[in-house]
Amino acid sequence: MFAASLRPLSLSLLTVVIGLTLASCGINAIPTYEEGAKAKWSDVLNQYQRRADLIPNLVETVKGYARQEREVLEAVTNARARATSIQATPDLVNNPEEFKKFQEAQAQLSGALGRLIAVSERYPDLKSNQNFLALQSQLEGTENRIAVARRDYIEAVRLYNTELKTFPGSIWAATLYRNNKPMEEFTVAEETRKAPQVKF
Amino acid sequence: MSRRGAAVLAVWFVLAAPAAALDFPALTGRVVDEAGILDAAMRTSLAAKLAALEAKSSDQLVVVTVKSLQGTSIEDFGVQLGRRWQIGQQGKNNGAILIVAPNERKVRIEVGYGLEGTLTDAMTRFIIETSIIPRFRAGDVAGGITRGVDDIIQVLTGDAEDWKQRAARSAANAASPADVFFTFLFVAIAVFIVLNVLLGMMRSAAPGNRRNRPWIASGPIAGSSWGSPSSGGGFSDGGGFSGGGGSFGGGGASGSW
Repeated sequence: MFAASLRPLSLSLLTVVIGLTLASCGINAIPTYEEGAKAKWSDVLNQYQRRADLIPNLVETVKGYARQEREVLEAVTNARARATSIQATPDLVNNPEEFKKFQEAQAQLSGALGRLIAVSERYPDLKSNQNFLALQSQLEGTENRIAVARRDYIEAVRLYNTELKTFPGSIWAATLYRNNKPMEEFTVAEETRKAPQVKF
Repeated sequence: MSRRGAAVLAVWFVLAAPAAALDFPALTGRVVDEAGILDAAMRTSLAAKLAALEAKSSDQLVVVTVKSLQGTSIEDFGVQLGRRWQIGQQGKNNGAILIVAPNERKVRIEVGYGLEGTLTDAMTRFIIETSIIPRFRAGDVAGGITRGVDDIIQVLTGDAEDWKQRAARSAANAASPADVFFTFLFVAIAVFIVLNVLLGMMRSAAPGNRRNRPWIASGPIAGSSWGSPSSGGGFSDGGGFSGGGGSFGGGGASGSW
């Protein structure tokens, strides 16, 4: 009689225990890694956005001293426009074509910025301008943060994609999380992505 | 152990090895002079300044000189070193590292996430260009490091309003007695539930059922990490020093001489 009155209670508790057992089998691993990779992706987007925000000010400053470098300045402005015209949504990571376009646009912007910084070497007045120096160090810092954020994202995606393909994650991927697709990684060569090198 | 077991273990170790094979110096104190360019008196006085900074603002600042950057850039080395050492308090990420690589003639101020707003890229660049590099060029490495540290400390503690806020944050971060109590309560309830389930299952197991269920004792609950949340403070009192759990994202600036 005592046992019978205990049964509903222990049944509900059994459910809790089963839930915990499943949790230790990795049922939560896929969503956890997915959220992790998404968070790293938004870090990457933040840093790219930060770079895009710095550019107009930089271009204006350089223009004040080196108006004749119109071609280089326009290249930067255009590359920025192209890069920011791509809707950088979190869903981009599941769309290979759009992701590739995004990468290429950002890589082009990196290249254009590198040329702008290289050109500004020729103007001593510009180089000693405090505003330019501040912008330049912020740009370098941002490029460095982009590199770090990209690396963190790649690592997070690697974990997530591995979880989708390996046991026991592959079981959950085939049953509960059938909509979860592998995420895209960066494939554009790092060389084009190098931070502009500046010498004083 | 069987051969297969050994093979599995070997593969495991290979996989478990960190992706980047950088070899970092041990965090022996607030001043780590791997390159051996500072004398003892200098190390002591620097460490005292750095300890005073942490006592005042909870910001962790560490000075390190390295023999070699091992082929990578100082930016890459710096962010990886910062993450390895976990300089700065957990959750606040308020750490910074002054890295000097005399053999590569490179210097960098690596700034943790939480200090990027105060110790900005432009500010660190300014410190490197005006306080550190000129002295390094003149051969006064110790002087450059001292001046650099002084400047960083001044920036970090300069704004009175800002550091009052930081002190408040530092006070809020300490584990209150209430936290400890609730953690204890939580663990106690968890243990109670587990025992209850165990008892319930034993009771409900009919006499004809020959299996008692010992698995639950070694099941997920016994191995789960229901424990007290790790506390953030990493600085210890006994002269030893360790990072508080802070992280880095590539903030700061570099220079070469």
